[in-house]
Formats: sequence, structure tokens, C-alpha cells
Amino acid sequence: MACDSPPERLDAYVDDELSAAEASSVRDHLRNCPSCAADALSQIRLRRKVADAGVRYQPASELRNKIVGRYSTRARPRHLQWAILTVPALVVLLVILSANFFVAREKMRQQRVLGEVADLHIAALASASPVDVLSTDQHTVKPWFEGKIPFTFNLPDVQGSDFTLRGGRVSYLAQSPGAQLIYQLRKHSLSVFIFQDRAEQYGTTALEPVEFQTFHVESWNQHGLRYFIVGDVNANDIQSLSKLFRDAG
Amino acid sequence: MEVPDQRLPAATFENLALPLFDQLYNFAHWLTQDRAEAEDLVQETYAKALRGFATFQPGTNFRAWIFRILRNSFLTTRAGLKATVGFDEEQHTDAATHNVSAEENLIEQSNHEMVQQALERLPVPFREILLFYEVEEMSYQETANTLGVPIGTVMSRLSRARKALRADLLKQLKEGRHGM
Repeated sequence: MACDSPPERLDAYVDDELSAAEASSVRDHLRNCPSCAADALSQIRLRRKVADAGVRYQPASELRNKIVGRYSTRARPRHLQWAILTVPALVVLLVILSANFFVAREKMRQQRVLGEVADLHIAALASASPVDVLSTDQHTVKPWFEGKIPFTFNLPDVQGSDFTLRGGRVSYLAQSPGAQLIYQLRKHSLSVFIFQDRAEQYGTTALEPVEFQTFHVESWNQHGLRYFIVGDVNANDIQSLSKLFRDAG
Repeated sequence: MEVPDQRLPAATFENLALPLFDQLYNFAHWLTQDRAEAEDLVQETYAKALRGFATFQPGTNFRAWIFRILRNSFLTTRAGLKATVGFDEEQHTDAATHNVSAEENLIEQSNHEMVQQALERLPVPFREILLFYEVEEMSYQETANTLGVPIGTVMSRLSRARKALRADLLKQLKEGRHGM
């Protein structure tokens, strides 16, 4: 069913151009309107694709030298200075530069993945059926994934903790299928995502709970699987759930 | 004539303009679709920006300012004029329907190259606003400043540009299917 809420408002929400109060009212609407939620998710995905695809053309180094040479007022290296920069010094410089580059790239990739994971979490909660297998019993939920995803994983027993398992669904990150488990803590929902670890996609570093948009996200890899936990709860709560998973894995 | 330099020391231009080099080049190449023309455009932009730097107000948005110089330089070239004169925004999006749920799975399958091709084919006013907004991550306000249009125009043009992009991706995906 089409929704009559104004599309400009949804656009502005997806573009992160609304005030906190307006954004929160749109979020409330999204929770109850699958059509707008699907629309928002689709817009977010398209935005990501464009942002990726738009960085395309690298300038030639001749042009760079020309521009830098013409507009940089810093003393240009004279031959003598070059001579002082011996090979070992250059090697050190190269190592530092590539390390910086690596760190920056890793960080960017991480941000992108975190964004995607947060979107998946929102999308699931906003959808009319957040879970495909509805059960609080890990012995029901785990076998449900058999044959649906190309790996197996262990689910912790959350009885006796503050968390309740709500169920699970198959989720996709960078075109590969994985498991999404939804847990409840007080009035909050948390998603645990498990995918096959692919360093080139998700980066290699584990992530302490970080604040991302309005969520906390934690990520780590274990036995070849990449775990993400995301929820609008504090970092300690995220860590309690991750500990249960780490111990079970 | 003596020009007092302490308000805008020369180093400021360098500090503001040089870090934007890669972004300006990427944008110029997207506009011109040609390496040599993009290189000329970037050089012209830096030359004009330095000449006009005295008119730049410190504290205002330098990025929007220099991108606007690049864009205006492009628009006065023959290719730029051809790309924008007589362009009718509405006519370019009328055909694009907005039935997201049915399209969503298809759009998901579009890959990097397809999005690049679709962007390439978009009319310049759509292409540039997507680049400003999504790639340069400008806000509505910054985009409005760079394009010299009201915010409302940014919002409606952005929405049309996205619809046009979506329509192109769908077309590519459907054709790809038949071709198989």
C-alpha cells in the first residue's frame, strides 16, 4: 500500500538533513510503514553506490606536480636536500606514508561496513516481519539456518542473562549471506550479524564498541567468522552480549 | 599599489586549495569525460581561484567557492553550454516511475560499473548534483551555494537526479537479462 507521507521528508531523512526531532518522528513512522521503510533503505543503498562509483578519476602525476609546483610556497627541495635524503630515510618515509594510507583506507572501509550493518539492523526492525524464524530457543533458531547460509555458528545460551532471543533471519552484506539474530534487552533490540570473514570487505581489525550514528557497534572475528553487534544501547550492554557470543564461539 | 597581505597570506590559498586537488580533478573529469579537457579545466580553476582569492571571504566555505569556479569555467566551454542550455529537468524524469519495492531487488544487483555508466549518461545538471551531494558529501546548503540555487531547487533536482539514475540502472539490468 502506498503511503501518503510526503516523499521530500523521507528524502531529507535519508540525506540526514532533518533536525533531531523531525528525524525521530520519521523514524517512528518508518517503524510502522513497511513501504516507506523499504523506500528509505533503497535510497540509502543507492546513495552508497553512487558515493562509491563517483570516486573514479585519478589525476596524472604530471598534473599534480605542475599544480603543486605552481601553487605551493614551501621551499622546494634543492638537489642538496635530496642528497641528504638517503635511501634508508626514503624507505622510512615510504613505510610511514603507506601505513597512514592503510590506516585511512581501513577506517573508511570500516565506516562503510558499519553504516551498512546499521542499515540492515534498522531495515529489519522497520520491516513488517523482523524475523523469519521466531523463537526464543537457540536450539530452534540455529538449525533453521542450515542450508540457508554457507557456514555454521554457535549460539550462546542467554538464559539467566538480561538478553532474550527473539529470532533470526538471513541477511546479506556485500552480496554474501549470513545470519542475523535479534535479541531484546529491556525495551531495546539488538542485532547480531554473523558472516564469513572477508578481510578485503570488512577490514581486519576488531572493533571495541564504537558509537555510530545513534547506535553502538562492536565487531570481531572468530574462527573465520566476522561478528557485528549493533543496537541502540550503551557500550557495556553490547559488550555483555559479545562476551556471551565469544564464549560460545 | 600595495596590497596588505596579512589578512590572506599566500600560504592560506595553498593550504585551502591544494588538498582539494584530487577531488577537483575527479569532478572535472566527470564533467568533461575527457582527460585532457579535465586537466585544462583544473589548471584554469586554480589560476582563476588564485586571481580571485582576494574576493574570497575567510570563514566562508572555500570548497563551495572553488568548486563553483570550476563549474562555471566548464559551463562557459562549448561542451558545457551544450550540456546545459535547453535542459529540461522535468522532461528527463517524467518517465521514471517510483515503485520502489518492485525495483529494489533489481537495483541491489547493480554493480560499480553499471552505476558509473549510469552516472556518465546522466545529463550534466543531474550528474553534478549527485557528485556534489554524494561524493563530495556536501550538505543541501553547501550544494545550494556551489550551484547558486535555492535549497528547494537542490532538493527537487537531487530527487529527480536519483530517479533518473534509478531508471537508467533498471534499464541496464533489464537489458542485461534479455541479453543472457
